[in-house]
Parts: sequence; structure tokens; C-alpha cells
Amino acid sequence: MIVNEKIAIDHGLKKEEYQKICELLKRTPNITELGIFSAMWNEHCSYKSSRLHLKKLPTKGKQVIQGPGENAGVVDIGDNDAIVFKIESHNHPSFIEPYQGAATGVGGIMRDVFTMGARPIANLNSIHFGSTQHKKTKNLLRGVVHGIGGYGNCMGVPTIAGQTSFDSSYNGNILVNAMTLGLVKKDKIFYSKAAGLNKPVIYVGSKTGRDGIHGASMASASFDEKIEEKKPTVQVGDPFTEKLLLEACLELMEGDSIIAIQDMGAAGLTSSSIEMASKGNLGIEINLNRVPCRESKMTPYEIMLSESQERMLIVLENGKEEIAKKIFDKWNLDFAVIGKTTKSKKIELYFDDKRVADIPVNTLVENSPMYDRKWKKAKLPKKNKIKKEDINNLKIIDILKKILANPNICSKEWIWSQYDHTVMGDTIQKPGGDSGVVRVHGTNKAVAASVDSSAVYCWAHPLSGGKQVVCESFRNLISVGAKPIAITNCLNFGSPENEENMGEFVECVQGIGEASSYLKFPVVSGNVSFYNQTKDQGIKPTPSIGGVGLIKDYTKMVTMDFKEINNIVIVIGKTEGHIDQSLFARVILNEKNGPPPEINLFNEKNNGETLLKLIDDNLIKSAHDVSLGGIITAVSKMCIKGNKGINLKKPKYLINEIEYFFAEDQGRYIIEINKKDQKKVLDILNKNAVHYDELGTINENMLFLSQKSKVTIDELKSSNTNWLIEYMSK
Amino acid sequence: MKSAVITFPGSNCDRDMDVALKKFGFNNKMVWHQDVELPKSDLVVLPGGFSYGDYLRCGSMASKSKIMQSVINFANSGGMVMGICNGFQILVESGLVPGVLLRNKYLEFICKNVYVKISNKDNSYFKNISNNILELHIAHNEGNYFCTKDQLKEIEDNAQIAINYCDREGKIEEPFNPNGSIKNIAGIFNKEKNVLGMMPHPERMIDPSLSGDDGSIFFKNLINNLK
Repeated sequence: MIVNEKIAIDHGLKKEEYQKICELLKRTPNITELGIFSAMWNEHCSYKSSRLHLKKLPTKGKQVIQGPGENAGVVDIGDNDAIVFKIESHNHPSFIEPYQGAATGVGGIMRDVFTMGARPIANLNSIHFGSTQHKKTKNLLRGVVHGIGGYGNCMGVPTIAGQTSFDSSYNGNILVNAMTLGLVKKDKIFYSKAAGLNKPVIYVGSKTGRDGIHGASMASASFDEKIEEKKPTVQVGDPFTEKLLLEACLELMEGDSIIAIQDMGAAGLTSSSIEMASKGNLGIEINLNRVPCRESKMTPYEIMLSESQERMLIVLENGKEEIAKKIFDKWNLDFAVIGKTTKSKKIELYFDDKRVADIPVNTLVENSPMYDRKWKKAKLPKKNKIKKEDINNLKIIDILKKILANPNICSKEWIWSQYDHTVMGDTIQKPGGDSGVVRVHGTNKAVAASVDSSAVYCWAHPLSGGKQVVCESFRNLISVGAKPIAITNCLNFGSPENEENMGEFVECVQGIGEASSYLKFPVVSGNVSFYNQTKDQGIKPTPSIGGVGLIKDYTKMVTMDFKEINNIVIVIGKTEGHIDQSLFARVILNEKNGPPPEINLFNEKNNGETLLKLIDDNLIKSAHDVSLGGIITAVSKMCIKGNKGINLKKPKYLINEIEYFFAEDQGRYIIEINKKDQKKVLDILNKNAVHYDELGTINENMLFLSQKSKVTIDELKSSNTNWLIEYMSK
Repeated sequence: MKSAVITFPGSNCDRDMDVALKKFGFNNKMVWHQDVELPKSDLVVLPGGFSYGDYLRCGSMASKSKIMQSVINFANSGGMVMGICNGFQILVESGLVPGVLLRNKYLEFICKNVYVKISNKDNSYFKNISNNILELHIAHNEGNYFCTKDQLKEIEDNAQIAINYCDREGKIEEPFNPNGSIKNIAGIFNKEKNVLGMMPHPERMIDPSLSGDDGSIFFKNLINNLK
């Protein structure tokens, strides 16, 4: 086939991009070469619209061993231990084929982590679906949950936390973001940078099939009515093979055979070989006849673009082939020497004794397009005036029950009880709390992780929203007693070619950068997913933030369930009564306008650090951050988890009760303390200038405001737990 | 006391079981599925996981692996063999305990704490155990125990039911049956009671920081019985 502009455009390349390829090569590419360019230059692999802005994120810190640019980020947790972690999207495939899309998302992110030599110790996920009324939502949710469980459970890695939301902006584009944490010895981290000439290039894992060809290109385009036809571009996962691959790779990594290792993820053999060569400033020569194939008569084009799962590319030390082969044979995995490193700085492919591709590596990587897309700055919306008559007749308990049963608040146990969250025997905080927590096996340390997003806030004002998500992640870690270390981000947006969507991206990234820089909570890894869009309609901007923190002594970990009757409950942080963009405004007042709550980074840091000190002094019995649904929703969840009630006091200042209890002001936590510790706790809060209000005392089983306004915890519990179960069983 | 844990391709609770056995005093060895002989052991454990990816049928391919002939011989000569979760499925497939394990009734993987009542203490696993009810943890997709009427009669006549799902008080009723198992069966013996297969994972409940600590009661009692 002779390549021309039309074929290039069919590959998702722009006219100018095709011209640039011809210029760089000083000739017309052949079809295999064109396929390679299209795979490397698409949005998913090249970050061409986002690179410029991502550079501004803070990525360094005392504990950062590896920031963005590798398979995953790495942070130091002391004693020669390090945590490798990353979050990644698998949105497009999950909408087309929810089970396989979600499953291979989980498989892909775990591979990114164990490629670096780390054994995965925890999985998390952030999943977002359309309106609960939409006809596809239920099946998509079921398929995605089965897919995540199907893969993670088989791998024997606990899924310890997650987030699920529903919003009509995801009707045509669901989001599936998967995150993995792995544990590695600091001196045994593996990287993808090739080094040395004439080193053998090894292919291991599954055979290559025709699945997933053009997967990365598909993930770099908007959806239209013909999206169902894209099903063949979705990869098919085999978690059993991945489990074998994990064990085999870790076994090989115990020795000193590996120079560089890279998993074959998006754009398969193409991107893995090119990345290794590019980082090492080398060339790679591959004989495609040696690639283990699942199907006969696969062409070079298909072999290079296949996204078959569970495969790795390794550059070995000379003479280590036999040792390595023995290990992969033991685990029944394919092993083939397919090429070698060269000094040519080119990627050279041979097939049937003919050279079928010959491309300088720098044309694919350094010379890949980078765009400074046009973007529109968002204005801060005007504050709404809530009319007294709108809320005067509302009954707090009725609202509370409605909010607890809201799909975005209700218990997600139906989801996480399908994920194995206890395998590996170190899960000390399971899903449903502020963060999941796993012990560092055999030590007193534990690692906490949480994944958060606030699409509604980001949509209302991207800059504030971006800051808020980072702060929420910070709070979720602190609530369990973990010192926040670093974050990974998954940036889910609409089309970068649309100025408003691009503006949302730019300003969310700016907000994330400001907050993470102030909180010393750097970004060490991440991924961008654009084109979450059907025709002209993009999703609400949804950056997901995965936060990781350390608990030095896991016996000091805090949970959110109320512990003891007569203990005192306090809210830390000031309640101003910010109702705009709150769940209360949307669900009860049906009001969708207004600014999101303001972020005060000084208070966030000060309140959080002060709470950490209280936890470290063993003064906190339970803690929970205040987020969606405000104080009373947070308190109710603590009641439900602990099977206890609370006598709530009337707010002393400002605003009416409803605003006080349902406002979503930021930087707040609910804490439970023992009466005997009250003076100590208040002294510390005062000394650090942390605002607090006393909320009430814990009782046996009733949320009590007044004789007219009270409800049993059992009733709240059934509002909170039943909704999802009933929805899924209908 | 010596124990051996078999690792099949796809086993993923083998390490957890190793940790638990060692914690309670066993001298444990890991055994690869392609080995032919078992090390000298007082207890052999088939751990949980997804041996061979659960392809074909859960446990079916593992039951044909090389080491299994030795395990079967060991069991037939009276040796203690315990299968947890996928290990239970392997025991069923190899014919060491009767019945089959079907897909969970609601067709979903279940990971949660359950209560089980010990139904037979006249054996080396549960003899002298202080509790009648244990809070354990399940995590499986195919734990729905099923057998024919004739088999069930034989099982009951021989007192082969080891543990049943129940509530906190020990009531064995349908609402406390997580997966649809006949008679709420969570674990079962062979006729001689030296082979035990059960769905719950005692190895995940060996520390108060975890989902619970009742697994410790089980293991402490087990090693004392073997001494």
C-alpha cells in the first residue's frame, strides 16, 4: 500500500502532521512507519496538547525518588523502602466494552508498577457514570465493577479504596481511572532507560494477537454514533498470565540481568521499544519474525500496533539470556530474543529478511508535535442569594435522609464487596473510609491512599476546583493519621481543540499545581485523557487525584467510626455557610449555579497539620473530613459506621441551621475526643489558631437535634445503604 | 510441627498462608506444583487464589498437576490436608472431598466477614477449640457448595460437615448464607476427617488490626492438636 495524505488522516493524523513526517524522513513513510508515527503522535502517547502545561506542575520533594516520565512515580518511605504508584485512565475502551475495558485498565496500571520492580500492594479506582436514569448506566456500572474485580482479584492485590460518581455529563463517556501502589527496595528500582550496545532485546509474556490495534488512537478521539464499531480496538485481558508475568519478572529482578524494562501498554511494541531507545539515546533493531504471535500471517504493521496485554520488553545484559529464559519457562511464558540495541539511534524493523521500517528515534519523540492550544479563562460565577422562604420550610432530617441516599453519597458497599480487599493480609483500613490503608509487610509502617475528584466544583470554576481536589486528597490522608507524601493525577477532560474544554484543563492544572506546591504534596506521576466527548459534548472536567501518605506507626491509625458514648465531637475549620455548588443546592434546591467553595491553602495546611499532631499524641478517637453534604452528612456517616448516635448542638454563630449543617466550606474535619482530653485538645487548637466549634456528644443510637428533629441511626443507615443495592437489583 | 503450602500457577494466598502458619509456630515449606514429592509434613495446605486462572473450572486443572498425586497419596494414608477457598475447589475436583462448588447464587464475587459455626469438633482440626462460632473472612466467586441428595445424606450420616455459615449467635439460616450453599455449608471433611476443605480464609484474620482475629484461635488450636 502506498501511503498518502488520506491514509494518514484516516490514522488520526492532521494534514500538517503528515507533512512534518515526510519532511523529517525526507521521504514518504511506508504503511508500517505511518502506523508507528500515528501511534506515537496521538494525544494519548505524545501529550501534544498537555505537555506545555504539565511542565508547570511541582514534581520535586524531599521524598521524591522518581517524578513523572517513568512508568510510575516513586517516593521514599524510609528504611530503604519506597512506594511506586500511578493512576491511569481507561475511559474510552470501558465505554465500548465495560468488562474488558476496565479489566485491562487495572492490568495496565499494575504492569506499570511492577515494571519498576515493585510488588503491587494495593489497587484503587475512580469511576464515573452517567445519570442513574440513563439506560446504559446500570450495565456499564456492573460491567466495570466486574472487570475491575475480575482482574484485581485474580492478581491477588487488594482493592482498598475508590470513588464512584454519577453525573449526566458522563452519559456518553464514562470514566475508569485505575491506580496501583507497589512496594520496592530503594536500591532495587528498575527503569526503562536502555544502555549499552548490542544488548539483547527480549520479549516476554503473552503472545501478540490482533487485539487492540489502534487502541491508543481510539482513545485520542471523540465518540460518535458509530462507536460500537470500535469494539475490536478494545484489548482483552488475561489476569492469570499477568500474575505469572508478575512473579516471573520479580524473580528475574532479584538478580542483575536486567538493564532496562518497559511494559507494552498503549501502542504496544511500538511505544515500548521507542521509549527505551529514546531514553538511552540508542537505536533498537528488531526482527519481527521472532515476535511470538497468536495468529498466523500477522503483518509488521499489526505486530507493531497490537495492544495485546500482559507483555514486557526487556534489555538484558549479554550472556544472561539462559538464566532469564529458565525463569520464564518455569512460569510458562513466552520468551524470545527479538533484537538488540544499536548505535544508529534509529528504530529498524526487519521482517522476512527485508527492512520494513527505518525511523530516527528523535523524530518520533523529541520532534513529536506540541501544541499551545487556544483556551478560554473561566470567570468566577456570581454567588447565589438563597431566599429564606426556600429553606425555611425544609426539615433537616428529611433532607439528611435524601442526601444520604443520593447516588453520589450513598454507601458503595455493593461495589467494593466485589473487590477482594483483604488478600495479602495487610489491609488495616478497608474501602468505605477516608483512605484505604495497608501495612508495609513485616514492619510497623503503613501506607494510606485515597482517590478523589470533584467534577462539579471544577466545572463551576476550574481553578478553584483543581485546588480543591488536591486539598481533599490531603484531608483524606490526614483523617486516617497519614502524613501526605505525594500525588498522582489522572486528568480527564473533553476535547483540547475546544477552547472552553482546553481552558478547563489549563486552569485545573494550574489549581492542582498551586495547591500541591503549597501543601508540599508534589505530583510524581499521572496521565491525561482528552476527548472524553461525544460529538460536541464534553464531560465535566474531572481531574482525579490519587494521594499517598505514610503512617509511621500503624497502631496510631485513625478510623471514622464513632467509638464511645459521651465522647465529645468537634468540627475543625470554619463554617461560613457556602451552599453554592453543594450537594444540598443541587439535590434539594435544584440550583446549579454559583461558585464552588473557596480554598484557603493556609488553613488547609494549618488545620491538617494540627490534626496530625493531635493524632500523633493519641488524642483523637475518630476523624473524618467534611466534604459533600457538609457537617451533618459527615457526622451521620461516622454514626452509621460506629453504630452510635449524637446529640447535636445548635450552631452558636451566623447563619441558620440548614446552611450550617449542609454547607461545603473547605478545610474542615470532624473529630471525636474523650472528655478527659478536652483541655489538651482545645489548647493545641487554640495555640495553632485553628478554628473549631463544638458539635455535640455521642449517644447510643440517635441523631438528635431537638425533640421535633431526631432520627435513629438505623434509619439513617438504611437510607444510606439501600439505594445502590436496590438500584442494581431492579 | 512441619507444614507445606503448595503454590500453583495463579495461587495468590500462598504467601498469606505461609505467614500465618509461621506466626503460630509451624515450620513451613513452600512446594512448587511441578515437584513430585512432598516434604515430610504434618499438614499440607492448598492455598487460595486462581490456580490456572480458574479456566475450565475452578481447581480442575490444578487437581491434575504433578504434585497432586503425592497430596492424594498423603491424604489417603491419613495425612492432614487442608484446602482454603481455591484449595477447597481443588480438593473437590480431585475427589478428596465430596460435592462441587458452583458460582455464587447472586453471580457476584463476595468479599466480607462472615460467621461460621463449627459443626463437628471430633477431629484434629477443631478438637479442643474454645469457640463454637468464629468470625472469618470470605473472598470468592464460586463458593456455592452443592451435592446430590444421596451425597448429602452420606455427608450428614458421616458427620462430614465441618462449618456452616451462621449469624453472630450461631443461627444457621438462609439470610446468613452468603453464596447459596446447600445447608449453609462453608467447609466439609472427607469421611476420615483428615481432609478439610473450606471457603473462609482463617489466614486473613490473624491480627486484631486486620478484619478480625478469630483466625488466630483456629491456628493456635490446630498446632496444639498436632503436637
